[in-house]
Formats: sequence, C-alpha cells, structure tokens
Amino acid sequence: MIGRLRNLFGDPVLAVLVVGLSLFGVAMVYSAGQLDVPDPGVAGAWKMQLLWLGVSVTSLLVMVHIQTRWLEWVAVPAYIAGIALLAATLVIGTGLGTARGTKSWIDLGPVMFQPAQFANLATILMLARVLGRWREPPRSVWGLWAPVAIVALPMALVMLQPDLGTAMVFGALLVAALYWAGTPIGLMFMLLSPVIGLFLSFHSLLFSIYIVALIVFLRFYRAYLGESVAVIGANLAAGAIALPLWNSLEPYQRARLLVFLDPGMDPRGAGWHLIQSRVAIGSGGLFGKGFTLGTQKRLAFLPEQHTDFIFSVIGEEFGFIGTVAVLVVFGLILWRLTRIAERQGDPFAGIVVFGIFGVWFAHVMVNVGMTIGLMPITGIPLPFLSYGGSFLLASFLALGMVQRIAAEQGKY
Amino acid sequence: MLLAGLGVLVYGFFQTQILRSDTYVLQSDANRLRPIPIPAPRGTIFDRNGRIVAENIPGYALSILPAPRDTIRSTLERLAPILGLTEARIEQLMQRQRALPGQPLLVASDLTFEQVSALEERHFMFPGVYIDQRPKRHYPAGEAIAHVIGYVAEISEAELARPEFQDYSMGQLIGKTGLERQYERRLAGRPGVRYVEVDALGRIVGEYMPRTKVPAVPGEDLRLYLDLDLQEWIAKIFPEGMRGAVVAIEPKTGHVLAMYSSPGFDPNALVGGADPAYWRELNSDEGRPLLHRAAAGLYPPGSTFKLATAAIALELKLLDPNAVMPIPCRGGMQYGNRYFRCWESRGHGYLTLAEAIAHSCNVYFYQVGIQIGLERFLREASRLGFGRKTGVDLPSELEVAGSFPDEPGWWRRRFGYNATPTEVLSLAIGQGPNDQTPLKMAHFAAALASDGRLPPPRIAVDSTPPDPEEGINLNISKENLAHIREGMRRVVSPGGTAYLSSLEHWELLGKTGTSQNSHGKDHAWFIGIAGPKGGAPEIALSAIVEFGESGSRTAAPLVAKAADYYLRRKYGMPVDSVQTLREHLMVGRPAPWAVWQ
Repeated sequence: MIGRLRNLFGDPVLAVLVVGLSLFGVAMVYSAGQLDVPDPGVAGAWKMQLLWLGVSVTSLLVMVHIQTRWLEWVAVPAYIAGIALLAATLVIGTGLGTARGTKSWIDLGPVMFQPAQFANLATILMLARVLGRWREPPRSVWGLWAPVAIVALPMALVMLQPDLGTAMVFGALLVAALYWAGTPIGLMFMLLSPVIGLFLSFHSLLFSIYIVALIVFLRFYRAYLGESVAVIGANLAAGAIALPLWNSLEPYQRARLLVFLDPGMDPRGAGWHLIQSRVAIGSGGLFGKGFTLGTQKRLAFLPEQHTDFIFSVIGEEFGFIGTVAVLVVFGLILWRLTRIAERQGDPFAGIVVFGIFGVWFAHVMVNVGMTIGLMPITGIPLPFLSYGGSFLLASFLALGMVQRIAAEQGKY
Repeated sequence: MLLAGLGVLVYGFFQTQILRSDTYVLQSDANRLRPIPIPAPRGTIFDRNGRIVAENIPGYALSILPAPRDTIRSTLERLAPILGLTEARIEQLMQRQRALPGQPLLVASDLTFEQVSALEERHFMFPGVYIDQRPKRHYPAGEAIAHVIGYVAEISEAELARPEFQDYSMGQLIGKTGLERQYERRLAGRPGVRYVEVDALGRIVGEYMPRTKVPAVPGEDLRLYLDLDLQEWIAKIFPEGMRGAVVAIEPKTGHVLAMYSSPGFDPNALVGGADPAYWRELNSDEGRPLLHRAAAGLYPPGSTFKLATAAIALELKLLDPNAVMPIPCRGGMQYGNRYFRCWESRGHGYLTLAEAIAHSCNVYFYQVGIQIGLERFLREASRLGFGRKTGVDLPSELEVAGSFPDEPGWWRRRFGYNATPTEVLSLAIGQGPNDQTPLKMAHFAAALASDGRLPPPRIAVDSTPPDPEEGINLNISKENLAHIREGMRRVVSPGGTAYLSSLEHWELLGKTGTSQNSHGKDHAWFIGIAGPKGGAPEIALSAIVEFGESGSRTAAPLVAKAADYYLRRKYGMPVDSVQTLREHLMVGRPAPWAVWQ
C-alpha cells in the first residue's frame, strides 16, 4: 500500500505536511482579514487563497506524472523563457505590497504573478542540468564559471526590479546546488568571500584582519596563484565599491537596512513594520491571544498582515507554542527534502531537490527572521502560508518535482 | 545547517515571546488604548433662597484623538459642513493642535442633536472623532446675573501656562470670569479618565473595559448670599438701554445681596466657546457689555462722597454736627485766589451737618475739607479704603485698584505739578482725582448702615470667612453716625433732593450724587440704606446710571424700588410695582405717608 502510494505520490509524509500547512495558511489568511475596521481587499483574501490552493494541488497532481528526464530536457527552454519573462517584467512590471515601488509583478488582469518565483525553478533545473554532468568536482574557482553565470543572469534581472530579497534567494539556491554537486568547501568560500568583504568593508580594522586571514587561508589551501590573486582582488574591489554601492541603493532600501540595525530610528516610517511586528509577536506570549483575536492585527497596526507578515499574526494569535509548531513543521518539510535528495542516485534529481530545499529554507529564514528583526525587511513571502497565488503555485510545482523524483526512487 | 538555522529562529521567538513578552504587551496596549478625559460635572450654584444660579444640562462635545497633522486637518475639513466650521476656526484649531499634539482636540462642545446623529451615521468617515456627552453649564437667569456669575469656556493657552492651572489639560473647561473663576477650584471637581481602543489610523473601535477607568469627581456646590429674585428685579427696573450698575449689600455682614451691571451679555452664549460673531459684537460694542461696572467701573463719586468727608471730620473730632460753619453759603466761597461755587447759586445760608447733607451744600463741605487739610484728608480717606479694592470675592475686582490719591506727592507723580491746598476742596465734595466703583460706594453705605464697621463684601458662602480687618472701620461714634444718618434721612424727606423716591412702608435714607463727566451728560449716583421704620437698616445700596444727569431722577428710584422689593419679600408683603412716591403720584394712587410743605 505504502509502496503503491510512494509510486503514485512520492513522499506521502511530505505531501501531508505541505497540504496541511497550506490549509493552516488559508485559515491564517482568513484571520488576517478579521479587522475591526474591515478592509474589503483583505477580508475576502482567504477565498482566493483557497481557490489557488485547489489550483496548486491540481498542478501538483499533474507534475507528479511528469518524468524527471522530461524535466531535464525542458530545463534549457524553461530557463530561456524565465530570463525572457524577467526581462519583460522590467518593462511591464508593477509593484505590490511591501514592494510597492518596484517592478516585480506582471498584471494579468484577474491575477498578478511574480515571474521571479517561476524563474528560480527554471534556474534550479538549468543548474542541475549543468552540475549534474560534472564527472569530478572542479579544482579551481574558474571551474565554477558556468553555474555562477546561470544564476547571475536572472539574479541581476531581479536586482534591477529591484527585489533584494528574491535576489538573495537566487544566491541561496546557487550555494545549495553547488554544495550538493560536491563543490569543495574551500572553493565555495573563495566564491562567496567577496560578499563577506562587502559587509566587512564598513569597518576598516575588521576588513584588514579579514584580508590577512584570507591570504593565510589561500596559502594553506594551496590555491593557484592566479586564483588567489583573483580572490583577493575581488575582495578588495568589494571593499572599494561598498560605499558607492550603498549610495546607489534606493532610499527605502537603505532605510530598511539601517532600520534593521536600529528600528527605533524612524518608528512611524521605515521602522514601523518591524516594531509593530515585534510588538504583535511579543504580546502573543506563550499561548497567544487566540485565533482571529490579535489586537495588533485587528486594529491594523500590523502591516501586510496577510502576505509578508503572516507569521506575525501566527505569533500574536498562537503565541510561542504556535510559532514553534509552525517552525517544526517547516523543519520536517525541509528534512524530508534532504532525505529525498540523499537517496538519489541521479545527480540531476538530487541537485533539483536540494536546490528547492535551498529556496524554501532561504524563504523561511528571511521571512520569519524579519518578523522579529533577525533579518532585514525584504518583501519575500513565507512558503504555503503567505497570501499570494503565484508563489503558492510555484511552490506546489516545485513540490510536484520533488514528489516525482521521490516516486521514481523505487524504479531505478 | 537546517537545525542551526531553525534553532536560531526558535531562540529568537523564545526571547521575543517569552522573555520580553511583558514589554511587548505593554507596547501593544499603548498602541491601541487612548486615554480620554471624562469631564467632571461642575458644582451647582444656589442663591440665598436655594434658587439655581448655575446648573449643568446635558450637552454633546466633539473631539479628535491625537493623530498626524494632515489627518486631523482633513478630518476637520470633512467635519466643516456639518459643524459649520469656518476656515479661520480650522486654522485656530490646527494651531491649538500644534501646541499640544498629544492631547485630544476639542472641536465643539455645543453640538445639536441633529449634528450628533448626522455624525454617528457617518462614523467611519471620521477617524479619531469621538462624541461624548458632557455636562454643559447653564445659567437660568441669563443676562441678569451675567457679570457676577461669569461663564465657563475652554482653558486658553495663556491660562494653561500659569502655574495655578498646571494640573489642567487642553480642552478642559474653566471658569473664565466672575464667581465661576473665583471658586473654580471648588466648583470644577476633578476630571476622570477612560480608555478607548483605536486602530492604526486612530479610528475609535470601542470602549476598553478591562482597564479600570478613573471616575470624575464632581465639583462642590456653592451657595451664594446673593438674592437672585432681587437681582432679576433690579435687571427689570434698570432703565432700558442705559448703562450703569446697582449693588445691594446687607449691613453688619457685608453679604452681597445683588450686583447688577448694564449693559449685560448672555453668559449661556459664551459657555464652551462663543460664536465668533457674538464675541466680536460684545467686544466692539461701545457700551462695553463685558465690563463688570459694579465691581470694575470707576466713576467720580460726586456728592455721595460728602458722607465720607463728614465721616472723616467726625472721626477726627473736627466737626460739631450741631454747629454751623463759619462761612454761610452764598452760592459759593472765595478760597485763595479762586472762587468755589455751590451747585445752588442762590446759596444755602448757615447749615448744620444734617442740613448740609440734606441740601448737599458744597460751601459747607469746602470748609470741612479745609479744616481737615489735604494731607490728612488723603491719609484718612485711604484708611477708609477709598484707595484700594473692597476685597470682594470676584476676580474682576483685582484688575482695579480704587483710584484715590494716597498722599500729596501723587499729583507730582501723576500730573507733574505739586498739589495745591485747594485740591482738598474738590475732594471734599467728591470731585477731583477720585474714582470709585459702585461696589465700593455700596460697601461704604453699608458701613454707615452698620455701626461704622463692616467686613469685606462677600457674594458666596465660603468656608474661610473674610478678615474683618480688611473691611471698613469708620471709627465713628453712634451719636455722630446718627447725625450723618439724619442728614441722609432728610435727603429722602420733604424738601430733600430725593423725596419723590420715599417709600410707604420703609424708611429710606440716602445721598444723591452727580459725577461730572467730560464726555457728555453727568453720571447720576445714589447711595442709600433702608429698613423698617424705626428699626435698623437691613439693606444698603448704591446705584449709578451713566449719563443719568440727576441722581434724584434716575439713580434714587432704582435704589428705592430695589430696597422696597427686598424688604417686602423679606417681611412677606406682596410685591407691587408702584413703590416710590413719584410712582404713586404718577398713577394717582394715594400716598398717605407723603407730607407736603
């Protein structure tokens, strides 16, 4: 019976967890619409979410029937289509929600969808196709050019929207895919070191210590000379452009980063989201104020309560018990993904599953982290819980791929 | 990696929701709960007979909760058509909001029922707007009592800045003038606080019950010595369209029985903020209706002051009341290089004190003044209190220091020349640099009606009785007082200046006066005391009618009719509008007490 289910459906535990969490998400979107002064735009959102969940579950059932091989074949056209869509978004896109001033969405009349959510799936497939053909891991940073280029192109297009949060998700999926493809940790570090250099450059002493440490590391790792020069050069360049880059950020982006460091700086403006979210979660205490009864939410202090800050509503209404329960469910979902990835003989399939793991993990960490100020505020949604049809659909498409891969395990 | 990441999140939530939860619960309450003051009902004010002078009736007030300025402005603009707010009024309110951004902004405290229902219907159009029922001050006697009672209105920024009102907050009502101001602390009570729940836009969502509300402490009631019926009677008999004042004081106690000032205003129209047009009208009227003439109107006392001159001379034992002055009145007398006239150009001949008072002979009192001498006259008059306020329990008196020169150097300071000894002649007959209020003169008359001693006047029953030392002490013997009173009796006797104001049932004593007025017709004065025939006086009065020309024609009948009304009611007699001898003659009713010479 289990075997038959597995053949048909992949990992039933994963499916139950995800569908259960999504139904809980619909309930939370309903609660988010329960305000003392009703907002017609939010009050009916749960019905839309339920409808989208139906569409998503249907597409999951369709995806389960698509063979993994076909996914590998469709990777290139899907990637090209994804890039084209992201480029088009820059021209015809509109803003929404927290990211009102950006061009991240395409308005299709009755529905809005965010191309980046689908482009990162295509990017995962493309990465898996390229990395899956590695016979042995590369010995130098130069060997990583192809995967870096595959991710850099859509990432740059998303940056231009600009959508920092989603761009960070592309970074996360690159790291996840490279890791799963067996890239040596040393090379990964060399690749990522300029990002570290970028942040440390704001403190000159820390930056100096870091560069020295980097040289020591390269010496002991026995990196190639050209490679070492390139890595150090990239780090120094990162340090040098940090300030101009900072100045080139939009004022709201800068404000969000500064507010991340000190939310009290502008309590009515940029700090408002974080302060109100923290107050909502904190006032929930151990058991919460009860379903639909959160006062921060009811009285509209909590912004974007049905989308980016849905987790704050959970925290306010179900307390610490609720937040831990939801995080445990996310942990179980992610753990099932790693389990499926581990059992794959096929490198392509493994990289796809672990890439999806990377995307979801990044979404959970960044979204949940920002509600209590552990992460800067970026407009990225919480998988299965945040209101938003296109992201739910994209997540279920990804789940469909995972389930198919899990289902095929027995056959090969 | 996965466990570490989720572990960090769980720890973060543990910190937020368990360790620091209390802080955030407080913050969430502060977010959504707004304190709203509950106005305390003011104490009721009763007159001496228990009639209501000031009471509270239900009223509706509209306020806006603290919010960003733009929000408040747009709310005001949406309210404007319903409340009839002008652009200027909106600017004024915005200014007030700027001054105290953290406090609810009181927009109107006098909503009609129609306005209330119109607003309640469109509740959600007006974020942060709340209407509460609050007691509204009402003065049943209206204009008749206006100056004494004053009125209440919103505390001004200037008042808020004063240390004595530091516990007040914007929008709170405060007594602006009169007794409402004088007894503010007793009447006001203490406002309470309740909490309402608001949403992020400041819209009120509901009353927040769990937090205990602090109930308002009602103000204490106040009882007056004032007789509201008498006050209204005076308002009724005061000559229509004329300006002036009437004050009635009970002898021996100094209790103020009536205090009327004309023209008046409607205190009910000023409660909680006047209509700007009405306020402009009151302030631009050349009759100055807001001026409390009884307590703050300064007039040269004219011949009524001759009683003071007599009292001073008797007190100094300079005057033998039965003797005549060395110089007979021949229509005037020469003093120094100047000829001083009597008002009677035919002259009065030789007169005793009582005769001099009865005929108001200037020449007699010139000589009294000369005997006293300028310096001594100034000192003694000041000692009798003519240079200072009476100490009545009204704030409006504070603005006025009774105007009387305290010493000869005053002329140099004021006019730049040295006083000549002849100044005392003018002062002795109530002219010269001497201005007194009707209250002061009534108080003086009441001292003459007592034993020459009288505590400061009091309108309200206060727990702390006034210090008698601050009152008047004429320091005069009963015998000498009787001589002055005899003079006053003759004023209202056949041949006296005010005989036509004599009364059937009561003995009225008085003194007419004319205060010379450089702006037009002279002001008419009369001060009088009255009581049962053969008994002690029970009421003392003063009346001034601006441009009334003759004290005997306009001021004396006011005093006579007010005294008659008061005494008839006191002794249970029916009130009659035909009271004075003149009125009896006019309507052709017999006047059995009249004696014709």
